[in-house]
Amino acid sequence: MREIDVKDITQAVARLAQKTNTALGDDVLEALKKARENEASPIGREALDRLIDNVRVAKTQNLPLCQDCGAPIVFLDIGQELHFTGGDLNASIAQGIRQGYTEGYLRKSIVAQPFTKRLNTGDNTPPIIHFEIVPGDKIKIGFMPKGGGAENMSRLVMLKPGAGEQGIIDAVESTVKTAGGNACPPLVIGLGIGATAEKAMIMAKKALLRPLGWPSSDPENALLEKKVLERINKLGIGPLGMGGTVTALAVHAESRPCHFASLPLSINLQCHSARHAEVVL
Amino acid sequence: MAIWNIVSPVDEKIRKKLCAGDSISLSGVIYTARDAAHKLLVEALAAGTPLPFELRGQTIYYMGPTPARPGQVIGSCGPTTSSRMDAFTPALLAAGLGAMIGKGERSAEVREALKKHHASYFVTYGGAGALLATTVRKAETIAFPELGAEAIMRLEIEDFPVIVANDTRGGDLFEEQIAKYRRR
Repeated sequence: MREIDVKDITQAVARLAQKTNTALGDDVLEALKKARENEASPIGREALDRLIDNVRVAKTQNLPLCQDCGAPIVFLDIGQELHFTGGDLNASIAQGIRQGYTEGYLRKSIVAQPFTKRLNTGDNTPPIIHFEIVPGDKIKIGFMPKGGGAENMSRLVMLKPGAGEQGIIDAVESTVKTAGGNACPPLVIGLGIGATAEKAMIMAKKALLRPLGWPSSDPENALLEKKVLERINKLGIGPLGMGGTVTALAVHAESRPCHFASLPLSINLQCHSARHAEVVL
Repeated sequence: MAIWNIVSPVDEKIRKKLCAGDSISLSGVIYTARDAAHKLLVEALAAGTPLPFELRGQTIYYMGPTPARPGQVIGSCGPTTSSRMDAFTPALLAAGLGAMIGKGERSAEVREALKKHHASYFVTYGGAGALLATTVRKAETIAFPELGAEAIMRLEIEDFPVIVANDTRGGDLFEEQIAKYRRR
């Protein structure tokens, strides 16, 4: 049994919060540059130029990439041989968020009590935490600050099983069309297919953690990703909804077995500032 | 699609000349307001109590920044989704608001009100908050400090990039440009 002090978790989460909010992953930056080459609309190209320039300015001026530093989502893959010492694991993660968002001059966007007072909690806590127990004695901590604009346009559709692949493509198209410029395209589209309603939502979110543009290891998912991407990029929505040929950078689909009466489809939209990072302790 | 250098507040005569798709390098004064501030502004209008700034002819920017580091004028400061403000916007336009800056499409009601009141809706680059921060020369919270990032700020900007999304004659950037590139 390996032991780890939860203070190390706090430090790791704080660092991830600051890193993800100021430095875009190389995979995302490369995808934006490729989109700039492929975009047919002059207004769309101008928008992509600004977004690429924004990545440089954020780095040189020590500014967050986006004023929306997101809802803090933490993904933990915990090895079953690992034992946490020195305090409460959940509290240590919240402390990491508090520390990272305060010391990093990041915007705190979380309000307590969602449908009445909506008072800001002041430190961007509480985080959303997804736990998985895995073999081994390590812990992988993933962090995604998720912007409200893109998250608001996400959707769960309980399709009829007969809807099949075509039903999925149509539902994603309708979701992206409704989102228009609101979700800050070009998008990364996470799809969770199968399982149950709540599991599909988590699968769609986790699909966004895959390096951008890596196809699914499952050939049927990979083929679906390709078909959805082709369809989405015919919508004409373009960068930031200002018209163009690049509406999505990538589609990431994950699937799982489901009940024979169901075909759950979860669609989680990620903006062009597709921020996430992970660390293994 | 013209390119303009314009000062905010934007004169009505100039607003009437702008066309959807025009690029503007905007300088001058703008005021920030998001969801919570909009609710308070519209409540004040309904109650007949004074607003924290003279609305007539002014420009509102849908934005809540990150905190400025010591020595910085403002933190990252890109636009938020405009459609969340749609329910409040016709009342503000009726009270004299001249222009708005945000991201994404507006409702049919807002587009009608823009024509009626000869007002403009501009969009800027969503997710380019760091880049946009370099155009802000001065930033000052003038109302509702208790709202934190949602407080109303007065910003002095220089060459802040916007595109005309909805002009005073019903021209619509999104409709026109998306139709051009739609292939199904």
